[in-house]
Amino acid sequence: MEAHISTAEQVLLTTDGIPLKDSLKKTERRNKIKAFLLVFPLLLFIIVTFVVPIFDMLGRSIDDSQINQVYPKTFEEYGKWDKKADELPPEEVFKAIYFELGTGDKIMIGRALTRMNYSKSGWKSLIKKTQRQIKKDLKAETVITSYKDRLIEINEKWADRTYWYAMSQMINERTPIYYWNALDRTYDAEMNVVRQSEERRIYVKTWIKTFKVSVYVTFFCLLLGFPVAHLLANLPLRYSNLLMIFVLLPFWTSLLVRTTAWIVMLQQNGVINGVLVWLGILCDDCRIQMVYNETGTLIAMTQILLPFMILPLYSVMKVIPPSHLRAAANLGAKPFTAFIRVYLPQTVPGMSAGGLLVFVLAIGYFITPELVGGKDGQLIGHWIAYHLKTTLNWGLCAALGAILLGIMLILYWLYNRIVGIDNIKLG
Amino acid sequence: MEDFVKFERIDKSYDGEVLVVKDLNVDIAEGEFLTLLGPSGSGKTTTLMMLAGFETPTNGEIFLKGTPISKIAPYERGIGMVFQNYALFPHMTVQENLAFPLEVRKVPKADAETKVKAALDMVELGEFGTRFPAQLSGGQQQRVALARALVFEPQLVLMDEPLGALDKNLREQMQYEIKHIHERIGITVVYVTHDQSEALTMSNRIGVFNDGVIQQLSTPDVLYEKPENSFVAQFIGENNKLTGTVKSVNGQYCEVDLDSGGSTKALKINVDSVGQKTQLSVRPERISVGADNAENQFTGKVEELIYLGDHIRVRLNVCGSNEFIVKISNEGNISFKEGDNVDVSWAADDIRALDL
Ligand SMILES: Nc1ncnc2c1ncn2[C@@H]1O[C@H](COP(=O)(O)OP(=O)(O)OP(=O)(O)O)[C@@H](O)[C@H]1O
Ligand SMILES: [Mg+2]
Repeated sequence: MEAHISTAEQVLLTTDGIPLKDSLKKTERRNKIKAFLLVFPLLLFIIVTFVVPIFDMLGRSIDDSQINQVYPKTFEEYGKWDKKADELPPEEVFKAIYFELGTGDKIMIGRALTRMNYSKSGWKSLIKKTQRQIKKDLKAETVITSYKDRLIEINEKWADRTYWYAMSQMINERTPIYYWNALDRTYDAEMNVVRQSEERRIYVKTWIKTFKVSVYVTFFCLLLGFPVAHLLANLPLRYSNLLMIFVLLPFWTSLLVRTTAWIVMLQQNGVINGVLVWLGILCDDCRIQMVYNETGTLIAMTQILLPFMILPLYSVMKVIPPSHLRAAANLGAKPFTAFIRVYLPQTVPGMSAGGLLVFVLAIGYFITPELVGGKDGQLIGHWIAYHLKTTLNWGLCAALGAILLGIMLILYWLYNRIVGIDNIKLG
Repeated sequence: MEDFVKFERIDKSYDGEVLVVKDLNVDIAEGEFLTLLGPSGSGKTTTLMMLAGFETPTNGEIFLKGTPISKIAPYERGIGMVFQNYALFPHMTVQENLAFPLEVRKVPKADAETKVKAALDMVELGEFGTRFPAQLSGGQQQRVALARALVFEPQLVLMDEPLGALDKNLREQMQYEIKHIHERIGITVVYVTHDQSEALTMSNRIGVFNDGVIQQLSTPDVLYEKPENSFVAQFIGENNKLTGTVKSVNGQYCEVDLDSGGSTKALKINVDSVGQKTQLSVRPERISVGADNAENQFTGKVEELIYLGDHIRVRLNVCGSNEFIVKISNEGNISFKEGDNVDVSWAADDIRALDL
């Protein structure tokens, strides 16, 4: 027994007496270093332009530290306020905010204002007016006995406890509020999560629409792409090359050009309506609205994403031997049965790879819905861009983006569970 | 009795320029094992595909039990087929592959299960039922393909070089198994191969293909002993060829002047007139060395002796050909060595005057 164990543990040596494993490692190290150096520039690029921004975005989606730098003292005192006992915060809170507004950095306060307005609109004008008055006070070196009274004197909104309640959302340096906002939820005065007021509920609706459009686009791409891919894989080389050029043609045309072309095609005075009216199928007054709505988004996105479905499908179909269908027929299967039982299952890796690709691209699509979507064809990307450029609410942008990212990760996970990521075939 | 399968004046062209199969006329009897043998590109697969219904003859008609086959859809022909590359369905297990033809025929489930099991046992793969084709060795896949072609009990089975990918041992074992199955169930088999020994050991009849034309269709022994043209003589078995001109014709024999000088008497097979060029064909084992023979005697120089145990191959330089092979069975009395000159001779009945 003893002897047996020792032989099992004996280390294999090379002829030179170096342990085999070490020797192997040494010879492989050079190759590994070479491989690493080859991918290093790309790795660096990806880290800088992809990984870091993603983590930065995730950070921003919960970050609330800026405002804490502006009102450190105020927030500290605010924490001591017993909301049950006193209707308004204690004098110290008023005093702290008075000086922090009076002496704080103007730009920092301005930036914090934007944030404050997210939790309650009205903050901006209140603070601006108050700030001006405090500056005057400080210059005149007015003696103030009660900062509470003075602030309420400057603006009676300081006596409105809803403002003070809204402040509780900003106390923590980390906040989930942006995520709640992205799902049409907000905090009430008691810091409970509640639904936004009716007219501000836009995101859930948009999420659902984004999903719906993405599912439809994926479905239509599959429906239209499958026969084309099949043809591509089975035509003689001469014709399939030509067809392949048609499939790839869109890649050689600017996205913008293609999208505008769709506007020309689909608008009420556009080519399609024109032809239909000319043919007498439509009357001149009943031209169909096909663009600047969801239909337009659907049509244009399907066309633009179609190649991403066709190519993976094609690469899978290309390697299915034609003899399989023949064998099926030979074994007694009618063409339809042979297709369903023998051909279709073998295309699943292509369908799922293409489907995943199209869906993920569709769910975050921006330019096309922006141009042809009009008012009700907008997807979630529209709101991300809107907050990024117009309201500068980067926290909400980041939260929307993070949710998008989360959805994609879940999809990949599901895909891996159901089909297996090794089965993915992109070409 | 009506023929089971009948090819009648079949032509086939893929591109309208070249005939891949030309004027094919073959009758196959029920229960027969017919092999199509020929070099690569000679039209064997094409012929099989026309029978299975995946290619349409350009001209002519194939009859299956008297019915023109063009009237029957491929999936209704009930012909089992083993494809050149097996064509097992990769997404189904072995069992599912085998059950497929039964399912589409709506065979009751319990029945189907018994049949699948029997078919698997027949090819000795009983315990591999739950594996996927990719998890099997080439030989095992081959046997699954065979089982699948047989499981729905077709009366006719087509096999397209089913053993092409196997090593020699396995191939021989499978040849035996296929032959055995054929004898036991009495199905009709059309078998394609370009391996002549495979064809000779397995078949009732062999059709030798070349250039889309059947050169000779007969039993293995006739094919070997009495080739009707030089292609068949050359293609089947080992063959010594000599060229010459017909000098005189005498009943079923003829006298041929060899190009290298001298003359020999030979069987007249497909030469008919004096002055015609001819290729003479004689099998290595039909040549005697050292014997005194009245006719057809020549001298040759021994170039090489190859010892093969039971027999010895002698390469000679005879009549201007130094690829002249003689097989001498090893009776322990070989009295010459490389470089010697020896007498060689053959009987007129063993040398055949064929086309050139
Ligand atoms: N689909 C096709 N289109 C055009 N020509 C073809 C096609 N299939 C076969 N051919 C041609 O027909 C001829 C006969 O082919 P076939 O496949 O019948 O040969 P084979 O005897 O089976 O050869 P192998 O032993 O190599 O399998 C070949 O010259 C081949 O190039
Ligand atoms: Mg072939």
